[in-house]
Amino acid sequence: MASRRVNRGPLVVDAQASMPSPSSAILEVADLSVEYLLEGGTVLAVDNVSFSLDPGEFVAVVGESGCGKSTLLFAVAQLLSPPAEIVNGSVMFKGTNLVGLTDESLTAIRWKDMSVVMQSAMNALNPVKSIGAQFKDAMLAHDVTSKQDIAHRSAEVLKMVGIDPVHLGSYPHQLSGGMRQRSMIAMAMLFTPELVIMDEPTSALDVVAQRSLMVQIKELQQEFGFAVIFVTHDMSLVSHFSDRLMVMYAGEVAEVGPTRKLFDSPAHPYTQGLMEAFPSIRGAKVPLTGIPGSPPNLARRTQGCWFAPRCPKVFDRCRSERPQLYPVDGTKARCFLYDGFAGGAS
Amino acid sequence: MTDLAQSGTAEPSATTEPLLRTDGLTRHFKIGNALSRRTLHAVDDVSFSIGEREIVALAGESGSGKSTIARLLARIYKPTSGEIYFEGKKLSAIRSRSERLRYSGLAPMVFQDPFASLNPVFRVSHGVLRGLKLHRPDLTSDQQYEEAKRVFDVVGLTPAADVLQRYPHELSGGQRQRVGFAQALAMRPKLILADEPVSMLDVSIRIGLLNLMATLRDTENVSILFITHDLASARYIADRLIVMYAGQIAETGSIEEVLTNPKHPYTQLLLSAAPDPRAELGVGAETDRGEPPKVIDPTPGCRFRWRCPIAIDVCHSITPQLLPIADGHEAACHVAQSGAEVKAFG
Repeated sequence: MASRRVNRGPLVVDAQASMPSPSSAILEVADLSVEYLLEGGTVLAVDNVSFSLDPGEFVAVVGESGCGKSTLLFAVAQLLSPPAEIVNGSVMFKGTNLVGLTDESLTAIRWKDMSVVMQSAMNALNPVKSIGAQFKDAMLAHDVTSKQDIAHRSAEVLKMVGIDPVHLGSYPHQLSGGMRQRSMIAMAMLFTPELVIMDEPTSALDVVAQRSLMVQIKELQQEFGFAVIFVTHDMSLVSHFSDRLMVMYAGEVAEVGPTRKLFDSPAHPYTQGLMEAFPSIRGAKVPLTGIPGSPPNLARRTQGCWFAPRCPKVFDRCRSERPQLYPVDGTKARCFLYDGFAGGAS
Repeated sequence: MTDLAQSGTAEPSATTEPLLRTDGLTRHFKIGNALSRRTLHAVDDVSFSIGEREIVALAGESGSGKSTIARLLARIYKPTSGEIYFEGKKLSAIRSRSERLRYSGLAPMVFQDPFASLNPVFRVSHGVLRGLKLHRPDLTSDQQYEEAKRVFDVVGLTPAADVLQRYPHELSGGQRQRVGFAQALAMRPKLILADEPVSMLDVSIRIGLLNLMATLRDTENVSILFITHDLASARYIADRLIVMYAGQIAETGSIEEVLTNPKHPYTQLLLSAAPDPRAELGVGAETDRGEPPKVIDPTPGCRFRWRCPIAIDVCHSITPQLLPIADGHEAACHVAQSGAEVKAFG
């Protein structure tokens, strides 16, 4: 996990590539592409994705398995390992391009300015170290060496997520799934970072724990004002928590816009399909169909729109041309239905 | 038609006997060592029934004992006390191998993780044909192959002849879970024990599996015990709902009745935790931070009392019984049984 590199030099991250960003955005991802180099050729798992994140903003990235959402998140956090490779684009974090930074410079940023909470806390936490020892590791890596400071801060963050500080002495297997995930979030809060990246942190939990963890994340976010990128396959989960929603399909952004807007009037046929995919707990019981077919194999590039084979609204142009992101009423959708769209309903 | 347990003693008249009935089903696990003998009460005094052509949803958090019930019904565990009746015959009276085989064919299980439940080195035809050889030896091998094709067609794996020849890794998660149902169906079951069959799948694929389960009930006349923690998918297909908490039934009844008129505070908690994007925007006010208890050597009293905002004195001393509240609606809650309005969560 966190390396014990205590005496590192001063923070030298202002590489030549970094231009001071004119906007107030904390994170700006531009034209980011990630390829997996495999025996049979390359697979473009993230294709030209651009987005920006304002301070304190909560952006949810949703999509099916294999749509590239986790790869995108790993690329943003610079956690990709071969055979995955960033082949194009930049990730500007507070004016610094993270792409191509040395491990040493990244270590200085990790935990301190940006933390990552992984999907399975059981795998992300070290099973043979107590929670407290792992917190200590992260802090030692950032030059917090006083025992008192470490103990004090560790207890503080654990209390913040509603866990009794006695659990600093507990090992991961002694905690329930919800508590493990909470302690991961506590660890991410050690230095009150400005950006927290979360990869399906709730998917291993059941509904009640899931709900309370989401409420907790939102409360912490409101208190400390960090920005969140939240990756999930369950759109309904983030409906009440995220400011902006980015729907991914086949490595591309299919639709992006304000969360409520997307839920109220989804533009892309894929988003519409996702909306129809989960049953409701209230109201009339309606038969649902979900989205027929399965996500495309990205190794087999086809002409035209990736979603065309599953799309109920497909027409000729979709099979021969690749759509761009077209503006639709405050959102953007990658669908020819909106090419030349000038407001109003479709 | 099937003589499950010839040696079984005469049981209550078969005229009103449901397909499956449990009577005071209890399963305890011994934990600790020679110095501290303790008992984990995984399932305590649970009585319920499943009728013909009925989908019964068994809902609750992790640790509520729902998977233990599935394993008891599948004869993986033996009950500590209590009895299971299948078509009126005691399961405990099963002695011979042929009786065991017949029962496991009549009540097969479908597992949660489709990535772990299929053998990766065999084609998917292997599993289904093996089941047919064991359970339907009267068929010739050609007939067995035809039957395998038929069940693959029924579960929507088409073209069946083609899919049968594939290996598990060539199939998506949803397709693999369909293979699980096809294997169960090949044995001409009366009751499928489905332990969280959709929780590992992407939201967009779940709905297809839920529709499949409803089809199996409607066209193949199979009953299903549908174990889930998602009340929305339970509502979508189930006829009846059993809500479990800490090894006991908290509330049960027809699913619409229980969900529109939940009487047990725990059911209300589960309902309020279910993400519902169609509901009004806003983070709920409920702040449940509790977790389901491990029930070790319990003292009398309601097991939900520590999390219950409306607990009264009697809840701490007397374990509530499951009693009728309304027509076909039972709840184990002192407050609800006193006739008072229960409004704990949501």
